[in-house]
Amino acid sequence: MLEIENLHVQYGNIEALHGISLHVKPGEMVTLLGANGAGKSTTLMSIMRLPPPEAPRVTQGRIMYKGIDLLPVPPHLVVAQHKIGLVPEGRRVFGNLTVLENLKLATYARKDTAQIHRDYERVFSLFPRLSDRKNQRVDTLSGGEQQMLATGRAFMCGADFILLDEPSMGLSPLLMQELFKVLMDLNQAGMTIFVVEQNAHIALKYAHRAYLMEAGQIVMEGKASELATNPEIQKAYLG
Amino acid sequence: MQRHLALMLYIAICGLIVFLVKAEWINAYIQIVIMFIGINIMLSSSLNLVNGYMGEFSCGHAGFMAVGAYVTSILNMWFFTKGNLFGDALFSPSLSVILFPVTLLIGGACAALIGLLVAIPSFKTRGDYLAIITLAVNYIIKSAIENIQTIGGARGFMGMRKVVNAMSDTVPLPWLMIWILVFTGLTVVVLHRFVSSTFGKGVVAVRDDEIAAEIMSVNTQRMKLIAFMLSSGLAGIAGGLFAHVLGYINPGSFTIMKSTEIMVMVYLGGMGSLSGSVMSAILFTVLMEFLRPLQLFKWVLIPLLLIILMMFRPEGIMGHRELPDMFPKLRRLFPSREV
Repeated sequence: MLEIENLHVQYGNIEALHGISLHVKPGEMVTLLGANGAGKSTTLMSIMRLPPPEAPRVTQGRIMYKGIDLLPVPPHLVVAQHKIGLVPEGRRVFGNLTVLENLKLATYARKDTAQIHRDYERVFSLFPRLSDRKNQRVDTLSGGEQQMLATGRAFMCGADFILLDEPSMGLSPLLMQELFKVLMDLNQAGMTIFVVEQNAHIALKYAHRAYLMEAGQIVMEGKASELATNPEIQKAYLG
Repeated sequence: MQRHLALMLYIAICGLIVFLVKAEWINAYIQIVIMFIGINIMLSSSLNLVNGYMGEFSCGHAGFMAVGAYVTSILNMWFFTKGNLFGDALFSPSLSVILFPVTLLIGGACAALIGLLVAIPSFKTRGDYLAIITLAVNYIIKSAIENIQTIGGARGFMGMRKVVNAMSDTVPLPWLMIWILVFTGLTVVVLHRFVSSTFGKGVVAVRDDEIAAEIMSVNTQRMKLIAFMLSSGLAGIAGGLFAHVLGYINPGSFTIMKSTEIMVMVYLGGMGSLSGSVMSAILFTVLMEFLRPLQLFKWVLIPLLLIILMMFRPEGIMGHRELPDMFPKLRRLFPSREV
């Protein structure tokens, strides 16, 4: 489904990814682990084709999605045409809009009205709290509710592949579990999920496969269950 | 019925104004003030789309107004007056009643086209480029008009009164007032529908977080171009009306001073607030009239007003709110569109 080959990216003159390669198969839930500054968010921004200066510039390599080269595709088409949704780091929800307006904005490029209505119902059944607060301004929601909204918003884009950038950040352990259970539900319903995480505990518990990233390179990969028992990972990430 | 309450109220007010003008119960001076209020509402609310809702900084709105003013004036002179720069009138002056709004729309379209030419390079990157480029474009348009002698150059262009008179001679009604009221209403309705639609919410998304807007599948570049074209097009229509109220225009009417006036109205009313722009246009026009006896000193008082505003209420009269946000009972008049 997603194949990244020998990807090199730069911020200005500084290379942030030094030839990473990874793949995600349809229906999988894959996690990308790593410490701060390892290049995890950079990888997601590169896949989404977000423009510099916030995002990096790809200097070498390929990002193929369902057999199509994503490099020349602008970010809005990555979402609208290729159906890849991103839950960005820090949520980036629109605080001065209501929950419903945020979700509605996610359907910006969609024309399938009937499916949109079904997706609203699905989001509100996955996150009942959003349903209770649908006419509430988003800046009045808690961090956990905003994270739910950001996830629901990616789903409302009509995505069949969702990328999540550190979704557990700032969430209580209980909310974190709740969120990952929803992700697992989505995954079991056929959604492909790629999660970038620092919290290896939770990510390895729910993911099928995992990659470990250090200093802009993939240093380890394998089944999540195998990585969870790997002594190096246990020492560095699982304490 | 309730949904169109505000529209019906506006039509009733316009009907009353037209009746009072027709019956000569309000004098020519008050009529001109009302017409300037309408034009200023168009200018401030259209600039608010770019500077307020979209969060960019355009400071050459008078340039787009000039394009509309000159194009509309030239077309009307060519179409309906004898002995103009093109020789005989192209159409019978009686057709001016119907074709006048068409010429306004053409003027607006030309201004929108110039807006597009400005927007394409400006929005390649985000930052202060738009401010610099719009400022330069304001100067370029003014200087270009000053150097085209066929349309009067620096001396200006006149004769638009004949067109206004031709309309009133055909059907004895205060046509200019009518068209100003119609286009003012249309401007507010179009902008209200635009910013409250899902498509228009993309503009607000671009302002708040461009990256987040992109990942919501908003084509931010196209969004910016459309909003900027709409804004400059409406300024062009306002310019066309402005030219016909005065009956005479010269490049000096469209300097950076005029652009500043429009910006003062936007900031006075509040960024991202359509009702704020309407209120500030009324307040500003009336204030300018009250300060008229002070002559040049009003240009000391107005910047002072802006400084005081920035110090004590930097978000303007309304901030990012609309009237119904402050007075919920008004929601009956301005029902928001279902999202």
